[in-house]
Amino acid sequence: MKLKAIAFNTFKEAVRNKVFYLLVVLGITSAVSSLVISMLTLGDKEKVLKDVGLASIDFFSVLIAIFTGINLVFKEIDKRTIFNILSKPVSRAGFIIGKFFGLALTLLVALTSMAVIFFIFLLISTGNIDLSILIYFFLLYLQLLIITAISILFSSFSTPILSSIFTISLYLIGQVSWTFNEFKSQIKGPVQQAIGYFFYYILPNLDKFNIKNDIVLKTSLDGYSIINGILYAVCYTTALLVLAILIFNKKEFQ
Amino acid sequence: MHALEITGLKKSFKSNFLIKKFQILKGIDIRVEKGEIYGFLGPNGAGKTTTIKCILGLIRPDAGDIRILGDLANQIKTKARIGFLPEQPYFYDYLTAEELLNFTGMLFSLPSKVIAERTKRLLELVGLTKKKDIKLRKFSKGMIQRVGLAHTLIHEPEFIILDEPFSGLDPIGRKELRDIILSLKDEGKTIFFSSHILQDMELMVDRVGIILDGIIKKEGKLSDLISHSVKCFEIVLTGIDPDTITRWNPSVECLLRDEQTIIKAANSDESNSIIRWISGQNGKILSVTPVKMTLEDIFLEEILQ
Ligand SMILES: Nc1ncnc2c1ncn2[C@@H]1O[C@H](COP(=O)(O)OP(=O)(O)O)[C@@H](O)[C@H]1O
Ligand SMILES: [Mg+2]
Repeated sequence: MKLKAIAFNTFKEAVRNKVFYLLVVLGITSAVSSLVISMLTLGDKEKVLKDVGLASIDFFSVLIAIFTGINLVFKEIDKRTIFNILSKPVSRAGFIIGKFFGLALTLLVALTSMAVIFFIFLLISTGNIDLSILIYFFLLYLQLLIITAISILFSSFSTPILSSIFTISLYLIGQVSWTFNEFKSQIKGPVQQAIGYFFYYILPNLDKFNIKNDIVLKTSLDGYSIINGILYAVCYTTALLVLAILIFNKKEFQ
Repeated sequence: MHALEITGLKKSFKSNFLIKKFQILKGIDIRVEKGEIYGFLGPNGAGKTTTIKCILGLIRPDAGDIRILGDLANQIKTKARIGFLPEQPYFYDYLTAEELLNFTGMLFSLPSKVIAERTKRLLELVGLTKKKDIKLRKFSKGMIQRVGLAHTLIHEPEFIILDEPFSGLDPIGRKELRDIILSLKDEGKTIFFSSHILQDMELMVDRVGIILDGIIKKEGKLSDLISHSVKCFEIVLTGIDPDTITRWNPSVECLLRDEQTIIKAANSDESNSIIRWISGQNGKILSVTPVKMTLEDIFLEEILQ
């Protein structure tokens, strides 16, 4: 009940914010504009539609995750509204978890609205719906949850600007985390190997969730990597939130 | 069992250079009886808000023990019995007054029927019934203070902590707040509130604790603490100039302002003898005013000791 209250209140705050709407509308607009681009191309229209459309939804939903995640946690501390929560029978862990679920709900609504409109356009222009795109959105959502947990973690001790920089950096590194995997198998020496392992396991492996190429090229998806992705997202997000809670438990609110 | 029992509370803050620590609370001891109104009085920067934040676990004490109604303060079950209004409160400004109370009620796990009923009653109490659907970002400072008070009372707490609740209120608002606090006391609640203004305490508190520079200097009934609360008497007269008075009695303090002579008499005996003498000299007394001891005087007295 308390968690639910915090979560729904977080959701309310997010959707009553103009920037949130702006980003959703921009996401939809650019996804739809992929339709226009696809009509202008000579080659595989469907391929372009999916490629550009998915990329824009990807981009804007990540932006929403970072913006709301950092903004909503930082504001509580900065405006001291957190006094009105932590002075009540709510634990600090409860606050973080409630915030996380509220942000998760916000992202679900944002992503769903973008996805639904994209599907409608896809249906109109190609006449059929590729259901593997649903899996794409699902995996994208898992990625957004990880990003949200990262931004909550950074906002628990850092300023919004630094938190944004850190989160964006981790997101970008996460997209190419397979390079660390290559790296650690190529290098020699125990120390270098240890460093390779360290980066591979500590940094987020977000490329696990990227199946855009499979969808665009219509290669078949393998079930194992999807389940692997789900488990990874659950574990990684939990670890980030636990860390955020540990930091938050030590924090003093001035 | 006390409503609030603070023993040996200490708190330091690190300075910017991380080396030197500033001790803000230097061993605070406070006992608040159940059912009383306790005034936590002290100048700005004395450590009132810091003490209150320690009570609520927003910051961690370096040392000391804080109990509320017999239980350690920083526990979830204890917090369910506390109502707290922060200093210059700020609430989610995207919510309406009604939504804020609803949200707060949920944080105390109250059933929604109870929340709805209390929200209605409390908005009535603080005079915001007509504004219940307006977003808090459109509220004035005084209105925020009112909705804040309503939010503090939604779970009918037994122990109520108000940090500078009178600041930012107009005279009518102050009177209304005083009436609300008194009626809470009649319901058997304990109220602990801070202020840096002595006048906020008068006519209302059962006891005060005076904090100065991180230490409770005095604790007790307000009337006992400022028993000789009249500092001096000010006599305003015409018809006799200060020089004449000084010639009569060099120890009398007097001066001329706007063609009126003003005399400061140390106590009522001195004031009476001066008045008798003035009558004999055919001076015309315009007023005699007792000058009350202010909080600043008490603090000065403490510092000079
Ligand atoms: N986070 C902090 N770091 C350093 N000093 C602080 C901090 N918070 C408060 N102080 C200092 O502690 C003293 C007491 O502050 P406070 O408890 O807010 O006083 P009051 O509420 O009685 O006006 C002030 O001198 C203030 O500058
Ligand atoms: Mg204060």
